[in-house]
Amino acid sequence: MKNPYLPIPMMLKKAQIETSDRLLRTLELGFKNKEDEESFRFVPGQFCELSILGKGESPLGIASSPTEQGFLKFTVNKAGVVTTALHHIEEGSEIGIRGPLGNGYPIDRFEGKNLLVIGGGFAFTTLRSLVAYYLHPENRAKVKQITVIYGARMPGLLLYKDELLEWEKRNDLKLVTTVDWGDKDWKGKVGLVPNVLEEVAPSSEDTYAVICGPPIMIKFTFPKLMALRFPNERIFTSLEKRMKCGIGKCGRCNIGHLYVCKDGPVFSYAQLEKLPKDY
Amino acid sequence: MKLKLDKKDVENFLKGLIEGYDLYAPAQLTEGVSVFKKIDRPEEVNLTQPVTQKPAKEAFFPQSEVMFRYEEAGNRGQVISAEQTKRDRILLGARPCDIEAISIIEKVFTGEDYTDVYFLEKRKKTTIIGLGCNHPLSTCFCSSTGGGPFHRAGSDLFFTDLGEAYFVELLTEKGTAFRENKFFKEADPKDLALLKELEDKAFQKVDGSVPVEGIEKRLDLMIESPFWDSIHEKCIGCGVCTFLCPTCHCFDMTDEAVNLKGQRVRNWDSCLFPIYSLETSGHNPRPTGRERTRQRLMHKFNYFPKNFGRVACVGCGRCILYCPVQFDIREALLYASARRAKGLKGKSR
Repeated sequence: MKNPYLPIPMMLKKAQIETSDRLLRTLELGFKNKEDEESFRFVPGQFCELSILGKGESPLGIASSPTEQGFLKFTVNKAGVVTTALHHIEEGSEIGIRGPLGNGYPIDRFEGKNLLVIGGGFAFTTLRSLVAYYLHPENRAKVKQITVIYGARMPGLLLYKDELLEWEKRNDLKLVTTVDWGDKDWKGKVGLVPNVLEEVAPSSEDTYAVICGPPIMIKFTFPKLMALRFPNERIFTSLEKRMKCGIGKCGRCNIGHLYVCKDGPVFSYAQLEKLPKDY
Repeated sequence: MKLKLDKKDVENFLKGLIEGYDLYAPAQLTEGVSVFKKIDRPEEVNLTQPVTQKPAKEAFFPQSEVMFRYEEAGNRGQVISAEQTKRDRILLGARPCDIEAISIIEKVFTGEDYTDVYFLEKRKKTTIIGLGCNHPLSTCFCSSTGGGPFHRAGSDLFFTDLGEAYFVELLTEKGTAFRENKFFKEADPKDLALLKELEDKAFQKVDGSVPVEGIEKRLDLMIESPFWDSIHEKCIGCGVCTFLCPTCHCFDMTDEAVNLKGQRVRNWDSCLFPIYSLETSGHNPRPTGRERTRQRLMHKFNYFPKNFGRVACVGCGRCILYCPVQFDIREALLYASARRAKGLKGKSR
């Protein structure tokens, strides 16, 4: 019997502070064993349990795309014991992972449709994976128009700034960035994500919306999507819960008859409407 | 073939089991505290307690269990798998409710994609000797939840206390392997008659009227019901009902270590604790007793049936017996079904 609780060993190849508040650190992990690398197949939206021996585990969405080979990327918000340890761990050190876990975004259903990606703050990680996946030459034809709306409180709090600049130059993707407060160098929009959405939204026809962000942003964005006539079945979000086992055993992330770790973390708004609001 | 085990032979029978297996059986630790534990001496075994305080799940899913150890190797930790279950095991004297509960937990720990190796290895290596309940308690309601005091499903062998002897039934392949046990004798027809009599008597004592049937559908309509606003009020969130519940299987995982030497352990956890769902950000999706009590009851009687086709309650009554504020799950079920009945007539709210 394979033991799903044993982490596989990874090596921290590169680490970088992402934001001006220094609370977000991106880790690039390489596989220590070739066979682990070969058997690790994932889709955007899945997550891993990152493990530091002596500290514990923390569930984190995979920020790299399956099209990027040889490493996995995670962006860690410094919040508790494990994530603080993940901020302090040095390049070259070992980090364990378990995964990929969860369902990921329904890329089969996105096939041939338009995609509207809405992100807020540091919840942009798996959205970055999704967009990077479709921007790969092999996958770009799988969806039609891609619109990305990404907001943060301040310009310094946006993740993956270099990459956003690259995306801005492309003509096969519409990127709109917005902040609550700009600075003198800020060239994007100033305003809250729900309002910017209203302003720049593509038609809801044949379009799937994927939204990740702080609860307050999601709360005010859903009604705007409704007003734009997005049906519940075509709005997807990714939930966070205090997951422990990650494989549907320990009970922590149970919402209704579903488990966020194995039935999610990606759910449609149609699914969420039927569940108790335990999230 | 109907067999029996004379009481005078029990000590030697147990000695044989202890030699050949890891034996788990009910034992009295101190007054009022009875548990299933690994038995070293026959006299530890106590087969008279109708419902042990802690359930038999502990033989497969210990309250605290090492998942793996690690030690320092250079500047990094090296993972060493926890010890595997080596010897075959026997679980003796578990009551039908506890045995049914083990099959309930097994549904979760088996799963389609991932198997919980810690639970399943122990389960596979274990032969279960069930014990009929001659004297059910007033809190027992196993016949309301699909079981009964002599429910044999899940047992490999089944014992019934006939006074002078145990009536012995071999029910499965694992059970039949014990046919040649030198302490088992052929039973008489009068033993069989006595068994039947004891069964009937016990069955009459168990409360079969708790409205469990159809509860899943009733609760479907009650997620936001005002029912939850008051039902939790006397609960103090001590979690004893979940810890002593034979079907509750939530656990937490933590590291116990000094530098890089230590272990990852899992411990029983409870959805009734506020910190169970508390997130690092400070957000708590189940902030009050209302949501937490709802979770406990909904999981047992609505969510679990949706996923596995039966309620996650076996009617052992421990949560009623040991609740410090007399929260009675039978009453909760009764109120829930009454509310729904009213709702149907359009009178509720």
